[in-house]
Amino acid sequence: MARYLLTRAWHSALTLVLASVVVFLGIRALPGDPALALAGEDRSPEALAAIRAEYGLDRPVLVQFGHYVERMVQGDFGTSIRTGIPVSDMLRTALPVTIELSVLAIVIAAALGVGAGVVAAVRRGRPAEWAANFLALVGLSVPHFWLGLLAILYLSVATGLFPASGFVPFFEDPVGNLHHIILPALILGTGLAAIIMRQTRSAMLDSLSADYVRTAKAKGLSPRAVIGRHALRNSLIVVVTIVGLQLGGLISGAVVTEQIFGLPGFGKMTIDAVFQRDYPVIQAVVLLTATAYIVINFLVDLVYSLIDPRIRVAGDAA
Amino acid sequence: MTVLTVPEAETNPSLTRRTRVFRRLRRNPLAVISFVVLAIAVAVALLAPWIAPHAVEDTDFGSIFSPPGTPGHLLGTDDLGRDVLSRIMYGARASLEVGLLAVLTALVIGVPLGLAAGYFRTLDAIIGRFTDLLLAFPFLILAVGLAAIRGASLGNAAVAIGIAQIPGVIRVIRSDTLRLKSLDFVAAAVVDGASDLWVLSRHILPNATSVILVQATVALPAAILGEAVLSFLGLGIQPPDPSLGTMLATAQQFAARAPWAATLPGLVIMILALTFNVFGDALRDALDPKGDR
Repeated sequence: MARYLLTRAWHSALTLVLASVVVFLGIRALPGDPALALAGEDRSPEALAAIRAEYGLDRPVLVQFGHYVERMVQGDFGTSIRTGIPVSDMLRTALPVTIELSVLAIVIAAALGVGAGVVAAVRRGRPAEWAANFLALVGLSVPHFWLGLLAILYLSVATGLFPASGFVPFFEDPVGNLHHIILPALILGTGLAAIIMRQTRSAMLDSLSADYVRTAKAKGLSPRAVIGRHALRNSLIVVVTIVGLQLGGLISGAVVTEQIFGLPGFGKMTIDAVFQRDYPVIQAVVLLTATAYIVINFLVDLVYSLIDPRIRVAGDAA
Repeated sequence: MTVLTVPEAETNPSLTRRTRVFRRLRRNPLAVISFVVLAIAVAVALLAPWIAPHAVEDTDFGSIFSPPGTPGHLLGTDDLGRDVLSRIMYGARASLEVGLLAVLTALVIGVPLGLAAGYFRTLDAIIGRFTDLLLAFPFLILAVGLAAIRGASLGNAAVAIGIAQIPGVIRVIRSDTLRLKSLDFVAAAVVDGASDLWVLSRHILPNATSVILVQATVALPAAILGEAVLSFLGLGIQPPDPSLGTMLATAQQFAARAPWAATLPGLVIMILALTFNVFGDALRDALDPKGDR
């Protein structure tokens, strides 16, 4: 187990270093002088010289890279070209929105996906299974931003049940906050729910025909106990795995969902930055996403090896 | 080196297997329906310049926001009086174009890397780290980075989606290569003195085609959805070029006045993705060797 986790930690660290190199080189691949790109409007020679000194652009590339890593590790992502606000401050207000949205989406997806998956497996060959399978296929195939548009059009605007856009911080008004975020979270969660449902269904089908479940049934345990205690426990692993694998999709989805519902999160910040050519913000966004992906997947592996002893053994053998 | 010719007895079962796969597909109503829908969609997309009732850029300010069913505009018009049906046809064409381009990018890079990772133990670790690195950049973030460096365009959207799909291709091809490598006929070829390149191209790659095919049918609907998202956000196909994603972006601003313009393009994206997914599922079931018994 220790060896498995050490290998994973080493791989994660290596990936993190490589990702930071990619982002560093990406900024240098910008057309023209990076100092010009970073300067934004103020392109006086003094301003450019100041930026070159600040970013060390007049120094050798390796020194620049060291300097860059040092700043990033300290959480110093520079200041936004457009607003003049430090990028770290922008992140401090934007990230909680996105994290809340994503966590809520995962919870909704897990509840819907596991529920539908269990029903589909238990009611095999009946209408309930077909309905669940069909819904999962639709969930995989529907463009979620379109679902968001329809929800705003036919739910928010037409009925006034949900606000069409905007956001209230949780600590100011928890009810208003949930009211604003529940619909976006539901829509962000549908794709994930579809994937979790399909995996849960096949995992359940496997375990329902497994020897230990047959034994449990033979012992006279009620179907509810068999499904609940033995088979469902495996679906916990399914959810954890899917969340790790689908994290990239979830981040991409969050960006679009925020854009549609006007939520002032990480995604909206990202899209605004692209159209304003706000390079310090873009750099921070890309690097932070990669870091979050790597760290969370490492944590997923950690949790995984705690829930499922088989993985530890297999990892040590490799 | 002696050239290893595959004896007749070995090629024949694979041929009968192919007919078996076709027969199984034909007997699955979902496979047939999805195939027919896809064939129609592809035909419409290819023939759009000839069968579209109006030119894509034809504006008619006298009849903006005509509802569906208006004579001459079966699915209505948009904010500039452009024919929605014609734009959907061209938009579907762009969706398929970006989808194919993205999947092709993913396969061209992913298949050789997956073969190498599965076949050569030494390369496996390096390609594994490369895969980890790619996974750390979600497709939307990749598209954001590419748009920042090279500007937003159809090509960059396809490249971003394709790059993001490489890890999936590598993983699937790698595990299939590992499986095939352990089989007797590969061992026989190696004993016979066949070079690694020969074994990979003549024995492993042909046997991995069904896996590649299934992976492509999984990747294509994902790529179509990806293109729609990127174009919707303004990171993909640029207006006035027709795309289902940009149609929805414009329609969003006028959604209350012209709900059909915000509904129909999304429906078409969903039908495209859904039929590809259904056909992909059917194809996977038909190719599954477990079904042979």
